[in-house]
Amino acid sequence: MTAPATIAADTAQELVDTRFTVPGMRCAGCIAKIERGLAEVDGVESARVNFSAKRVAVRHTKSLSEDHLTQALLELGFEAQAAAVNPLAEDDRESKALLRALAVAGFGMMNIMLLSVSIWAGAGGATREMFHWLSGLIALPVIAYAGRPFFSSALMALRYRRTNMDVPISIGVLLATGLSMYETLYGGGHAYFESAVMLLFFLLAGRALDSMMRNKMRAGIGSLLGRMGRSASVFQGDGSLSRIPADELEPGMLMLVASGEALAADGVIEQGSGAIDNAMLTGESAPQTVARDSAVHAGAINLLDPLQVRITAAASDTAIAEIARLMDEAGQSRSRYVRIADRAARLYAPAVHSLSALAFAGWMIAGAGWHQSLVIAIAVLIITCPCAMGLAVPAAQVVASNALIKRGVLVKDGSALERLAEVDTALFDKTGTLTLGEARADVEDLSEAERAIGLALAQQSRHPLSKGLARSLGLAKTAPAVLSDVSEVGGAGVYARCGGVDVALEKPAGAVSAMAVSLRIGDETKLIRFTDQMRADAGDTVSRLGTLGITSAIMSGDRQDAVDEMGRALEIEGQGNMLPAEKLERLYAMKAAGRLPLMVGDGLNDGPALAAAHASIAPGTASDASQQAADAVFLGEKLMPVVDAIRVARRTMVIVRQNFGFAIGYNVLAVPLALAGLVTPLIAAIAMSLSSVVVVANSLRLARAAK
Amino acid sequence: MSGLAILIPIALGMGGLGLAVFFWAMKNGQFDDLDGAANRVLIDDEEDAL
Repeated sequence: MTAPATIAADTAQELVDTRFTVPGMRCAGCIAKIERGLAEVDGVESARVNFSAKRVAVRHTKSLSEDHLTQALLELGFEAQAAAVNPLAEDDRESKALLRALAVAGFGMMNIMLLSVSIWAGAGGATREMFHWLSGLIALPVIAYAGRPFFSSALMALRYRRTNMDVPISIGVLLATGLSMYETLYGGGHAYFESAVMLLFFLLAGRALDSMMRNKMRAGIGSLLGRMGRSASVFQGDGSLSRIPADELEPGMLMLVASGEALAADGVIEQGSGAIDNAMLTGESAPQTVARDSAVHAGAINLLDPLQVRITAAASDTAIAEIARLMDEAGQSRSRYVRIADRAARLYAPAVHSLSALAFAGWMIAGAGWHQSLVIAIAVLIITCPCAMGLAVPAAQVVASNALIKRGVLVKDGSALERLAEVDTALFDKTGTLTLGEARADVEDLSEAERAIGLALAQQSRHPLSKGLARSLGLAKTAPAVLSDVSEVGGAGVYARCGGVDVALEKPAGAVSAMAVSLRIGDETKLIRFTDQMRADAGDTVSRLGTLGITSAIMSGDRQDAVDEMGRALEIEGQGNMLPAEKLERLYAMKAAGRLPLMVGDGLNDGPALAAAHASIAPGTASDASQQAADAVFLGEKLMPVVDAIRVARRTMVIVRQNFGFAIGYNVLAVPLALAGLVTPLIAAIAMSLSSVVVVANSLRLARAAK
Repeated sequence: MSGLAILIPIALGMGGLGLAVFFWAMKNGQFDDLDGAANRVLIDDEEDAL
């Protein structure tokens, strides 16, 4: 233990850990670049990339700020965002606990099987008794450890006077163990230790698969308030500036927002003018011009000159926090959805329990004696225990979601797949969903030289239009020209010299629409227009949805005439000028009318609708909050993954139903045997593993069906 | 019978050892970043020398 005094002595040198989300890393080269690049920064002790979670953990001295590190990452070519301490720790812990339990159950199952096989092969007398004792000694701690996830969940359900899949499992396992212990103590012929442990093993395999799938999908999804400025520079009474954390800001304060900084609170501009990037809030790609008295919202990024903003609402009163609240409430309605496995368990558990109770009563009345009646009742419980059912759903869903990842769709969990399969109406947001959501420059009529100079200039600036131009020219395979004396003037443009001529990429003179820049080479100027193009396969997607029996419509916050134009092109109806609350209302109305709507949207303004819809999909370019609210995220420029997701989800449900059908059919065959008292531990073990193998094999067919 | 007295503890011991190693590996984060581990093989160590 170090004395506190020595820690205080050099706080600046004290090492702290900070985690950053870096969505842009894609290959081994990125890992090497980030780790080596960060290690060269002064004050960084070490950097370690977690590629699966798209995260980098940096160990650095306290004097080095988060902003410095984000900047360092940006210079390496990666956009990064500081992450909360470890948002995935909770999920991670659950899946690790399941894996440990699975390992323990596997160990127990193998060893007990070894002993059981010799008993089945004919070992008798003292050897059998010893093997039963050994099996019991292994099984008791194994069941106590590996059974905990089921026992605790069953207890929880019973406490609320409900029943779930875990109740029959727990009762079956506990009764089988208890009876086997009794048999062992009194030298009986049959012990069911291996069946109890095997049951736990197969069920844990299903649970672990389910939980690992969820973790994989959630990794890399950032948190909502991360984007909002975490602190602001506020003018003090004497005119000096001081840094105040976002949750201590109060209405009436005057804050200075530097270029490139995100606003930490809502407010009105008091001094300065320029442009802000409001994509976080509205999903619109075009920068919004602002001047004195314009209202600005937290989360917006100041693109040009510093602005002085008088705060009107801070912390939980901001527009962004209001949307977060709406999303939270809307999400509640979805949590009422009951997953298919639990729906099955509601019917299944009472049936199984009454069946084995009946078996016990029946054999008692027939005069079999309580010991034999109990053995038969437990055999019924074990053989009907939903081994195949526990695997039926997760096995199919894991195969389906892996197949979907290959096609660029990340589905968050099994319940999302189930709901996606049920939708009958699709509602699309316009900007960023039906369109690409980024300004693409029209570079058709530019000459080769103009393109080269334009690209070189555009690469110098972080203005959205410059980035758009750089991307469009990059797609057209242009090589940048060599520039000298480059300077960027905020609010005006980028200026440089190229081959002895003055060149510039600047704001067009006169009143031209905001989505254009002018490229000046010497005395010649050329206007480059930007458009937000429709995704190339939007029309195909809508018609394919039609063949699946799903009607489409547009629901957008954009102007009505822009929405109408898009609607005509796609031959679907559309409604514009909708506020987040109105989108929400329309969804509720549809749900009340018995429809099951699918929402496809990207902006934060779509967030509440995404959370409220029966199922939702967001493009990978959507705001963090929307990605978090959506059930699935699709990557890339195509819209077709939406159709793939629904198609695969429906196919998955077909397989799940087949699996259920098989599990029930198997019970119909096995239960009479158990009721007749013919099920020995050997038959129970064979039946159980066989049914699990069949279910898993059937689920694997999905991998092919998804192609 | 005397053979069993040796063989069974050996079988159990080996199984237990495997289990202990798995727990150790999990605690040490060996399974935290499987995709990363697959990619790290491709990183060229020579780059440092340049």
